[in-house]
Amino acid sequence: MSGPSTYAPNSGFTRWMDARLPVLRLMHDTVITFPTPRNLNIWYTFGGILTFCLGVQLVTGITLAMHYTPHTEMAFNSVEHIMRDVNYGWLLRYVHANGGSMFFLAVYIHMFRGLYYGSYKEPREMIWILGVMLYILMMATAFLGYTLPWGQMSFWAATVITSLFGAIPFIGEGIMNWLWGGFGVDNPTLQRFFSLHYLLPFVISGVVILHIWALHVPGNNNPLGIDVKGPQDTLPFHPYYTVKDLFYLSLFVILFALFVFYAPNYLGHTINYIEANPLVTPPHIVPEWYFLPFYAILRAIPDKLMGVVALFGSLLTLFFVPWLDRSKVRSARFRPTYKILFWVFVADCFVLGYAGSQPVDGTIAGGAISLLWVARLATAYYFIHFWVLMPFTHRWETPRPIPDSIAKPVLSGAS
Amino acid sequence: MTVAQSQTADSSRRDFLYIATSAAGAVGATMAAWPLVAQMNPAANVLALASIEVDISTIEPGQLITVTWRGKPTFIRRLTADEVAAADAVSLDDLLDDNARNGNLDDNAEATGTNRLAAAGDGATEWLVVVGVCTHLGCIPAFDQGNYGGWLCACHGSEYDSVGRVRVGPAPDNLTVPPFEFLSDTRVRIG
Repeated sequence: MSGPSTYAPNSGFTRWMDARLPVLRLMHDTVITFPTPRNLNIWYTFGGILTFCLGVQLVTGITLAMHYTPHTEMAFNSVEHIMRDVNYGWLLRYVHANGGSMFFLAVYIHMFRGLYYGSYKEPREMIWILGVMLYILMMATAFLGYTLPWGQMSFWAATVITSLFGAIPFIGEGIMNWLWGGFGVDNPTLQRFFSLHYLLPFVISGVVILHIWALHVPGNNNPLGIDVKGPQDTLPFHPYYTVKDLFYLSLFVILFALFVFYAPNYLGHTINYIEANPLVTPPHIVPEWYFLPFYAILRAIPDKLMGVVALFGSLLTLFFVPWLDRSKVRSARFRPTYKILFWVFVADCFVLGYAGSQPVDGTIAGGAISLLWVARLATAYYFIHFWVLMPFTHRWETPRPIPDSIAKPVLSGAS
Repeated sequence: MTVAQSQTADSSRRDFLYIATSAAGAVGATMAAWPLVAQMNPAANVLALASIEVDISTIEPGQLITVTWRGKPTFIRRLTADEVAAADAVSLDDLLDDNARNGNLDDNAEATGTNRLAAAGDGATEWLVVVGVCTHLGCIPAFDQGNYGGWLCACHGSEYDSVGRVRVGPAPDNLTVPPFEFLSDTRVRIG
């Protein structure tokens, strides 16, 4: 997408086309000759996997929309109609529902990869920022889509999440009525959620193009976190990385298929197979697994407004990461202290996820420890990691010696 | 007149034209966007929801019924004499929210037991009418749970007492008492 082009059209048609709409040149430079660091590992294949996930969600979503009815009286039954009557409807719905989980699994690995190898650092700040925007758009899309089957969990998830805006002083209630189109989640809400759930994936597609564009200006970071010094450090994207991406995509699709065909409801909640009832809240409502850490942060704070501020703050914090990390060394391979902090942070996210999955008055260790306090400590650590540890770690950390070039350790067999 | 001269002579006039055009464009775009935003507000049929009338003749002291008002569950409960006395005995200092949140009273009314309840005709002040929506994030609290003789919201753990006052957070406010009036000893109109 940027840099000098080596494309040479070799037929009459491609020469004619190249002078009018150089789209073949764009494709050639982007996915064929693009110089890519030669040492990218498995964790760098998730960009391709995520593109695949977006495509799967678009295709299955558009086909599901041909059979779904966004109306409170008919939505639940139309989903059962898809499951029982529509040809391969069960397959489309299970792929779409599990596809959401697989999409988040891939995006979390992709994000932790970026945090580990310092991929957000200068000159790649815009790639990271666009990535955080994509992540938030994904969360919005997943939330809107989860409402559509109009089961009990759908309805109460929609109620709780839209009620977050009620915490805003003075205008909160007005915003809620505007979001709902009424005095609670009802048919106007369902219809607009369907409209927006159909829209946002196309917004995501647009931002993905910007994300890849921003990536192709400085080029890929790599596990060593050092700059490409010359042609000896890179390989053309095709065939080296097209094949590598395809190989790991195949493994990913196997995992995907295991869920779709052998455990299609494992990641869901059985209570969502009960039609929405605005008069009864289920005793234990929880979001899908990919929102659990943020749900734990929301519940950890005993004040309504501050809980909501903490929830949104935990997401907005990610935008500042390129400037919070002050170390000049990118890769955690050469940062002994940051490497430990990274893994503690990963563990912290799992602790938050577990706390978010349990009832609000849950305990661990035989009732000795209140999960609420575990969630509070883990929430505090989440913010401390970004706002205290990240900006100051480099002051007492001695980085390990950094290789001279990408080619040297690769060719000598050392990492 | 040279090119340089003409640019100097016209520049202030051009600046004015740029600003005027941009301002007109911005105002026009805002006006065009307004209907697209406002269409999401509650529609006329939603706003036109009528009030409801409920027969309360069969409710004994201690009983609770749930009715639907504006699409939301609304609790109507007749308290026992002991519960009324206990609710009155609670000091305002022990409450998280000392405002009555009662649509039939002054905005500054205190959350005493009496201010949360109402009397039907000449009967005792023993009727509680509240919107059954947790003031935290909108779940429906369950009755006869929690430690305050009232409701527990399972979503995030808020607890309310026998007259719907919040006693344990994260909910910030007492359950809302909607505008209502007793049409007779046995009928109440909500809304």
